[in-house]
Amino acid sequence: MDITRFKSKGFFVPGLISLVLLILLATLPLSLGGYTVVLATTILMYAILTVNWVLFSGPSGYMSLASAAFFGVGIYIGALLLPNTGQALPLLVVVVLGGLASSLVAFGVGALTLRLRGIYFAIFTFGLVVLILELLNWWEHTISHIRGRFVMVVDNNTIFYVMLGIFVATMLTFFFFRRSKFGLALQSIGQNEEAAAHSGVNVTMVKVLTFALSAFFAGAAGVIWATRLTYIDPYIAFNPLFSFMPVLMAIFGGMGQIYGPVVGAAIFAYLQEQLQTKFPEAYMLIFGAVLIATVLFMRDGLVGVIQKGWRRLRLIGGQNADT
Amino acid sequence: MPESIVTILDIAIGGLLLGGIYALIAMGLSLQYGVARVLNIAHGEFIVVGAFGTFTLYTVFGINPLVCLAIIGPIIFIIGFLLHRTLFHQLSIKAPNPGAFEASSLLATFGLLFIIQNLVLMGWGADFRAYSYLNFGVDIWGAIFSANKLVILGFAVGIGVAFYLFLARSRIGKAIRAAAQDPTTASLMGVNINRVLAICFGLGALMAGVAGVLLSMRVPLNPAMGLQYTLIAIIVIVLGGLGSIPGSFIGGFMLGIIGEVVTHFEPSLSLAAYYFIFMLLLFVRPKGIFGK
Repeated sequence: MDITRFKSKGFFVPGLISLVLLILLATLPLSLGGYTVVLATTILMYAILTVNWVLFSGPSGYMSLASAAFFGVGIYIGALLLPNTGQALPLLVVVVLGGLASSLVAFGVGALTLRLRGIYFAIFTFGLVVLILELLNWWEHTISHIRGRFVMVVDNNTIFYVMLGIFVATMLTFFFFRRSKFGLALQSIGQNEEAAAHSGVNVTMVKVLTFALSAFFAGAAGVIWATRLTYIDPYIAFNPLFSFMPVLMAIFGGMGQIYGPVVGAAIFAYLQEQLQTKFPEAYMLIFGAVLIATVLFMRDGLVGVIQKGWRRLRLIGGQNADT
Repeated sequence: MPESIVTILDIAIGGLLLGGIYALIAMGLSLQYGVARVLNIAHGEFIVVGAFGTFTLYTVFGINPLVCLAIIGPIIFIIGFLLHRTLFHQLSIKAPNPGAFEASSLLATFGLLFIIQNLVLMGWGADFRAYSYLNFGVDIWGAIFSANKLVILGFAVGIGVAFYLFLARSRIGKAIRAAAQDPTTASLMGVNINRVLAICFGLGALMAGVAGVLLSMRVPLNPAMGLQYTLIAIIVIVLGGLGSIPGSFIGGFMLGIIGEVVTHFEPSLSLAAYYFIFMLLLFVRPKGIFGK
């Protein structure tokens, strides 16, 4: 799939639409409350992970399966610094710390592994998730003898607003990053790494820093997600599903437009919630079928399909006007 | 014999026993990835299907697990063959370049993983299942091994060698190797490339299914165990060199021995140790030990 292609247009109308949507989202707890807020938080969480995956893997073409590792590091920082026995640090400070910790992990891993190409990089990053999971599990079983941790309880609206804040920060970063010199450099790496290096792009630095940047928001989201989970163990924190979901959501939504991954995340997260509650026995079955259908029939994602339909509609409209 | 030598023997033979299964699984994945270019994340699910199939055939119908090899193997081959003919063939037609095909087929196999896991869960439930077959001790120079493990090793080596000979000597084997080297030229030379790739995928699935049959004799089965074996297989094929069938065979035994050594000292770290070795190898020699 061509994930390196991006189009840019004017940003007044999209900006206005985003602002209206943002205001609607921000007033959501006041107008609907309850379950809707919980669902919206889940959707925002997936959107953050997805957009951050696209931020790095979209332009560069390196398929990262490390999202779960970055998210998990955030969750663990949240569990360690916000225990239910009483917190020492303000929530937002921990959120930033979680982001920084994830960035640090990404920086180290990126510096070591980003010279691996193609499928090797994907396997390695996925291996990282399992390695951290196994090591933590071993540590807690044999060294520290702590099984599971309880995280302090934060009310749903606060979680929602923090998640929304991280989401807005992610989107703004994504928006400006793509147009920046840095973003273009990353895109040139995705198209031809060697050529990019020869034209003076510091290939390693661009890749590693973007990788770390994308991990920051995933880690921050992990911290606040920990307060929602309230109970953490290594298997919950480093669930490999959080590595795959962002990839699927991004492809499902389509990566040609900035809103594609968000749309994909929103629809997929909603679908997942619905399937899990309505068809718990056949949930994975339906999910797998949707996934295969997506890669088979929606190569440019949902947004691509809609755009194609829109173009066709306009074409028909144009012909009518001529006659 | 001194105690320490018995222990070393214990670990070495135990490692070979484990390695036999790993080798089979990895050879199957190596064929699927090395020739058909599908990194099949659902590979382990075929092991699960083979294992649960054997469980039912043995406990309900009383069919000997070794006979099950001949029943389950061909069925899974056909499933794999048809999967490639329909799903992966379509994906390869639609993909603009080989890289895109690898990415989309990787995602499709994740879908397959979910589907098969769910079907097994529906069919057999989430509980652990186990049966007892040839479960008596055999003494090898002072170390005791259960007979089923030795049978497993014998069959794993036998199937592995037969498979290698098939690839090296038979006409289809030659076509497969030609397709692995250069699909375009191979098809110009009269190789029906789509059929060969589908056979490769089917054979890969068959190896997993057969490994599942053997595995069911010695470990408790549960529907979620597949992914673990897929990951081990991936490690082995990188260890042995991507696409190298003998590399996968030897790599499987190496990983088995490493696993057994780590398990001897710290059982809960064996999976972590695999990953550590894997990551180390990717740095030092990404081509794999036997890679060209």
